[in-house]
Amino acid sequence: MPHSLTLTGIDYAILVIYFLFVLGIGYVLKRSVSGSKDFFESGRSLPAWICALGFIGANLGAQEVMGMAASGAKYGIMTSHFYWVGAIPAMVFVAIFMMPFYYGSKARSVPEYLKLRFDEKTRGFNALTFATMTVMSSGISMYALATLLNAILGWNFDGCIIVSGLIVLAYIFMGGLTSAIYNEVLQFFLIVFGFLPLVLLGLKDVGGWSGLMAKLSPVATKAGFDAGAFSHSWANTGSANANPMGIEWFGLAMGLGFVLSFGYWCTDFLVVQRAMAAKDMGAARRTPILAAVPKMLFPALVILPGMIAIALHAAGGDFQLPAKNGGLNYDMVVPTMLAHYFPAGMLGLGLTALMASFMSGMAGNVTAFNTVWTYDLYQGYIKKDGTDAHYLAVGRWTTVVGILLSMGAAYFAAKFNNIMDVLQLVFAFVNAPLFATFLLGMFWKRTTGHGAFFGLISGTVAAAIHHGLVISKGVETGMKGGWLSVVHTYPSEMAQNFWTAIWAWSVCFVATIAISLATRRKKTDEELTGLVYSLTPKIKEHDIAWWKKPAVLGIIVLAASFGLNLLFW
Amino acid sequence: MQLDVRLPIGLMFSLFGAMLAVYGFVQGAAVRHRLFGANLNLAWGLVMLAFGVVMLVFALRARGKNDGRGPAS
Repeated sequence: MPHSLTLTGIDYAILVIYFLFVLGIGYVLKRSVSGSKDFFESGRSLPAWICALGFIGANLGAQEVMGMAASGAKYGIMTSHFYWVGAIPAMVFVAIFMMPFYYGSKARSVPEYLKLRFDEKTRGFNALTFATMTVMSSGISMYALATLLNAILGWNFDGCIIVSGLIVLAYIFMGGLTSAIYNEVLQFFLIVFGFLPLVLLGLKDVGGWSGLMAKLSPVATKAGFDAGAFSHSWANTGSANANPMGIEWFGLAMGLGFVLSFGYWCTDFLVVQRAMAAKDMGAARRTPILAAVPKMLFPALVILPGMIAIALHAAGGDFQLPAKNGGLNYDMVVPTMLAHYFPAGMLGLGLTALMASFMSGMAGNVTAFNTVWTYDLYQGYIKKDGTDAHYLAVGRWTTVVGILLSMGAAYFAAKFNNIMDVLQLVFAFVNAPLFATFLLGMFWKRTTGHGAFFGLISGTVAAAIHHGLVISKGVETGMKGGWLSVVHTYPSEMAQNFWTAIWAWSVCFVATIAISLATRRKKTDEELTGLVYSLTPKIKEHDIAWWKKPAVLGIIVLAASFGLNLLFW
Repeated sequence: MQLDVRLPIGLMFSLFGAMLAVYGFVQGAAVRHRLFGANLNLAWGLVMLAFGVVMLVFALRARGKNDGRGPAS
């Protein structure tokens, strides 16, 4: 698709004004950063709704907008499992059960919680792997942005990487976490306003919901599935070969719904950091639940365009997806739709929204990276007794380093095909075992530091070994798996990744229990107060209105999510 | 006093909304959407303008009431 979009004056104006606002927010907030707590934790001062939109905005990165639209075209409505199964339950769980320990303890980051709960080595391991992962994710966002702008506008790839990096750098350098969160809120609204008209126009074009369903039937049958395979989320998950995602219900519920989802939403400091910036415990606990409301509705904004695109493409009208390597280039769903439906003006808005989504993903990772580096690695191992001003300066300069590393990661990411699969793979190795560690750490006081550390290592190694022994159908061995020997072939990469996660989690869970039982607990009950469920006084909520209680809000959100699963069964 | 996030949101969306609405109005038929005959820029510009103004009103009212940090929850 050579340079399919042509921008006019008003499109450029919108883009430039957006960048000015982004930088302006950083500039204005610079005045309110007076210490490291302001820079890394927003001074723990923000109201729940801002944290919630930041929470969801930071997650609205490249994998969300481009990846989910691509998956919508590839797998149909089953992609919604990433939301209604793979996000909402975990978001409610972290709010109700885990936030009291994150926010209530003295920890300033997730790795620091591990230090307080277990020991130094567990913290160090998590801080290092997490820092690597954030830089990789940020690089993937950058790479996706630059590839896209190069493909549709003919802009220079290296130039896009440098400019997007510098803008994110500037606003975080000036305003720290608050600046990142404020921009995530701005980006959240921009993405909603930029993509909603696209979905509405596309839906009207395809003949409404019923037209879409009718046009998706031949897509499914042509691919060798039941006619309803693209329009049902659970109906065809009895066998992995019966649905386009190539996964059966157990792998889906256990791998995505439990291991990967809880691993990400409950332990990933990128999102947890947004909730920890809240002004009090109540606001911190409401943050993930309030965020779950828009999250629940996002499939309409990010998956539906993919389904509409494949339906229109298959119907053979004037809307056609570009080809790539003999198949379709699913990553181009959103840009192709922008070019097809939006006139000048709206096009600038849609493109700006797309860029915003990449930048919010990048910024979220960079702020998490600079906090973990400064508090957990630099203060933990390099200079323990610096002044607050010193750590603030280190945080600012770490932002510069983080951006440079992301740029390196962007070129690394250029080697991979599907953004989503790469991310899932990274999460599987690092995050999947981690949730077992937190679950045992928070709810079983007998868990020891050695148990946690060696359990985590076992889980991560198990992930790597499993990945080395399996491959997905029709894929060459190597980076995609099977590099030890191929003992099993999964129907899809998705199934392979989910099962890698299941193995990692299970091995970590069992190993942590076994090693904990064999070793002595070094922390006293007193030291574990505020860190472990059974040793922490329950939070009193008598003076909170019922509609502000996390448990009540959580149940409402879970019920709604359950309803959506049934509705699109 | 920290910046109220609704202020930049309100300003940006009011500006974008106004720009698109005026552009759509001036260009008229020239940029009408080719599919449905709707003046997309004008219609969506007005929607965004309304959202922006609501955000600005909230921000300015909060500024008058408390320290400008936004609502209590």
